[in-house]
Amino acid sequence: MTATERLHAGPEHAGQTIGAHHRNGHRPEGHGPGDRVHDEPADPRPIGHGRMPRKEDARFLRGRGRFLDDIALPGLLHLAILRSPLAHARIVRIDTTAAQAHPKVKLVVTGEMLANLPGLAAPPRASDKPTTPHDGRNLAWMPTLADDVQAVLATDKVRYQGQEVAFVVATDRYAARDALELIDVEYEPLPPVVDPRAALDPDAPVIRDDLVAAGKPGPPNHCFDWEAGDKAAVDAVFARNDVVTVRQEMVYPRVHPTPLETCGAVADFDPIEQTLTVWCTTQAPHAHRTLYAALTGLPEHRIRVISPDIGGGFGNKVPIYPGYICAMVASWMLGRPVKWIEDRYENLVSTAFARDYHMTGEIAATRDGRILAVRATVLADHGAFNAVAVPSRYPAGFFGGVFTGSYDIGAAYCHVTAVYTNKAPGGVAYACSFRITEAVYLIERLVDCLAAELNLDPVELRRRNLLRAEQFPYRTATGWTYDSGDYAATLQEALRLADYDALRREQAQRRARGELMGIGVSFFTEAVGAGPRRHMDIKGLGMADAASLVVHPHGGAELRVSCQTQGQGHETTFAQIVAEELGISPEDIRVVHGDTERTPYGLGTYGSRSTAVSGAAAALAARRIRETARQIAAAMLEVSPDDLRWTKGAFHVAGDESSAVTIGEIARFAYGPDLPAHLESGLRAELAYDPPALTNPYGCYICVVDIDPGTAVVRVRRFIAVDDCGTRINPMIVEGQVHRGLTDGIGMALMQMIAFDELGNCLAGSLMDYLLPSALEVPDFETAATVTPSPHHPLGAKGIGESATVGSPPAIVNAVVDALRPFGVRHIDMPLTPSRVWAAMTEAAARPAAPPA
Amino acid sequence: MSMWVTVTINGERVRRDVEPRLLLVHFLRDELGLTGTHWGCDTSNCGACAVWLDGEPVKSCTVLTVMADGHEVRTVEGLEAGGELDVVQRAFLACHGVQCGFCTPGMLMTARALLDRNPDPSEAEIREAISGQVCRCTGYASIVRAIRWAAAEERRNRTATSEGGQ
Repeated sequence: MTATERLHAGPEHAGQTIGAHHRNGHRPEGHGPGDRVHDEPADPRPIGHGRMPRKEDARFLRGRGRFLDDIALPGLLHLAILRSPLAHARIVRIDTTAAQAHPKVKLVVTGEMLANLPGLAAPPRASDKPTTPHDGRNLAWMPTLADDVQAVLATDKVRYQGQEVAFVVATDRYAARDALELIDVEYEPLPPVVDPRAALDPDAPVIRDDLVAAGKPGPPNHCFDWEAGDKAAVDAVFARNDVVTVRQEMVYPRVHPTPLETCGAVADFDPIEQTLTVWCTTQAPHAHRTLYAALTGLPEHRIRVISPDIGGGFGNKVPIYPGYICAMVASWMLGRPVKWIEDRYENLVSTAFARDYHMTGEIAATRDGRILAVRATVLADHGAFNAVAVPSRYPAGFFGGVFTGSYDIGAAYCHVTAVYTNKAPGGVAYACSFRITEAVYLIERLVDCLAAELNLDPVELRRRNLLRAEQFPYRTATGWTYDSGDYAATLQEALRLADYDALRREQAQRRARGELMGIGVSFFTEAVGAGPRRHMDIKGLGMADAASLVVHPHGGAELRVSCQTQGQGHETTFAQIVAEELGISPEDIRVVHGDTERTPYGLGTYGSRSTAVSGAAAALAARRIRETARQIAAAMLEVSPDDLRWTKGAFHVAGDESSAVTIGEIARFAYGPDLPAHLESGLRAELAYDPPALTNPYGCYICVVDIDPGTAVVRVRRFIAVDDCGTRINPMIVEGQVHRGLTDGIGMALMQMIAFDELGNCLAGSLMDYLLPSALEVPDFETAATVTPSPHHPLGAKGIGESATVGSPPAIVNAVVDALRPFGVRHIDMPLTPSRVWAAMTEAAARPAAPPA
Repeated sequence: MSMWVTVTINGERVRRDVEPRLLLVHFLRDELGLTGTHWGCDTSNCGACAVWLDGEPVKSCTVLTVMADGHEVRTVEGLEAGGELDVVQRAFLACHGVQCGFCTPGMLMTARALLDRNPDPSEAEIREAISGQVCRCTGYASIVRAIRWAAAEERRNRTATSEGGQ
């Protein structure tokens, strides 16, 4: 018995309903919408879709991964960044004399020096280095991925604690850090804006005086306003006297994705060839190259961006960070390779955070629980620079498109006001599917609040309002379309796995004994796989991705894709996609990614778009090759192409299976001398996939918690997750993605928050303060699948990378609030730390009208 | 100022002149090129840097190289023997215990140490053993499963060996 067989035969697997395993190269026939998928024996070496161990594991298991900090080049120098200790201050003076005198230091650079550098297109000159004041921004500022600019190194003032002020390059990493201590910066402290609710006050300190000086209208700390839906229709529903309404304020706190590997770059400028090679921790190498070209003035064909193995991304590695630019500048100035890598403090305090949405939700329903309208008013804290990574037409992400959730709600309206504060920039990261996390949290909490108001079971209220299978494709009240689903079936499967009724009975018994047990349910619908490019772009780059596929004369294949794995297993999944289409073993298919010089253009991996976009591109490229192969096979067999039938891996003449020619034989013939003159030599295809629409993975989650009445510690006892992501290419990898997201959810709901004090000091600058779930805080997850293939995706796949992060937090909060129902608690803001839960219990108990416990 | 240290790494004695403040993790990575040991947090919270010091797992971001002078260090590069993966490595492959691969070397070293002192750990004991290490990708479920798989595999191998000897 092989290792893989044992994995699936062993008792370790009990408790999981195995996902779909499609073997025959067809669309998942027999798995109609909402069909439950049953256990199937695993093929340890599938030629196509199915469970198989990952190809990339061979190097990771041996410690032979190649992460950013593993890169060693001859003459490599080390860069370290001096950061602001203050959240808001004017820079009076920077003295770098002592740092420059350090024997191991090669270069010290301040913002003023970058303001003198127009770019990297011309060779460095001696006159670039003196620190003369300069009005121009030049390389001291860079565009963000949103419609804003961000300081590379501060010139005028610092706007958040941890902002980049200067950098040092030295011969080793310890010396570079030493020299930072020798830089003397004189700051004139300014009052900070920490609370976003005070950002628009008339007397609020002005953070972005640079924008005000450039003529920005409106309140100085105002970033943008955005709305979606029909305000009048919603107002009309709320004005009716026959509806029940519930209003709840809730904060989705600032959190940080915290990949285990921090961000970094190695830049290597070749002054002879005038080429710049940048290894950096990016989820989007092609987009980064285009933006580096725009910033530096070097044309794209002189820049090569390589994204090596990435130690987790989760959206943290989408933005462009000042450190990347600093490394490029340093290498250009010194003519030597330069490495910059953050420490954990730098990663936590300065790189892309997530959420920070201060929401007021209102929901209106009939007395029998038919939801009629939902309204959301959001205050969004964007930090000091608007550096969100979202499609440019959607500054609040997809929040406004999907905040009616999974329900048939006729009227909806939301208004988002974004403000600047003296905090790190970011906002869209951490597996959020462009702010669908916030939308799902809002509606799922509101539905539970409404259920409590109506004294209905939250499952029953959901059942009365969930979209019905016959309503798909469904258009939301704010005009977005959901492609497919059978929500009732998924809900039913989750209830069955959880044995929901038994849980409620157990809860009643425990409550009678004074124990605090809670059951929380959430149902979510995602919208992922952006574009189409005509609606979705980032900095004018349409969200389409290309794939290039070659079958070599010996029958092996090479697939080149623009997306970039950060642990999702692309080298396996994408090989399986091609294997399914061409009948070549995944072992004989090499997947190339993460290098602009070796892959076709595309926007990269975030927003659960790899399988949804690049996966489609790979499948279509393979199908195009199959059609070329048909022409070649026809020549080989001397029949008409129309007379050929494809069985996985071979063409044969209809009715004569003995006549088959395999894809390997076809490939050899395609490169050979006997190929007919009318056919082009070789077997290859390249195409870009422009998604016709978003895909809509969805799922139902049930969480069971126990709360210690003496300490208010919440323990997640069970977590049941039924996900429908359409076709599952490799169910093992899909389940791993779900496990990660559920753990994210537990972390965000119970532990994680980037908090600040009133001076803007970040209180979560280490992993001692920013608490991540360990193996002790998470249960053994119970996962299962329903399969409703996307009707418009070539594989029926919808994407899975972020589903569980999006869907799980409200299930956990709903469970905790459910446990505290005897105390009259209706809502607690995340994270549900023991102190917050304790406060909710004691405050509720102190209220005179509190119901008996 | 520098100091000479002699450390046995994966069975091989190395002698180097190092700064007294040099962390073991940087010694392994930067001086010896053993980049399988990763660095993730500086504060001993994440465990990406876990290696063995005289047979016990330690976090090499909080061990000075000079403290390892005269001692034995084992890293992930020392797990594979004679071209054969250690059973914990095979287990992580079989059970999808690896996603991004950054925590993997530290997890493998802790897993190996656990099984050496407890051949049949319960799920709770496994979770306790890896609780000083952070994985941001797997949610730990598949890592726990992998370690149980490895324990079962080793028990089977031991039984087969002892039966074969009778």
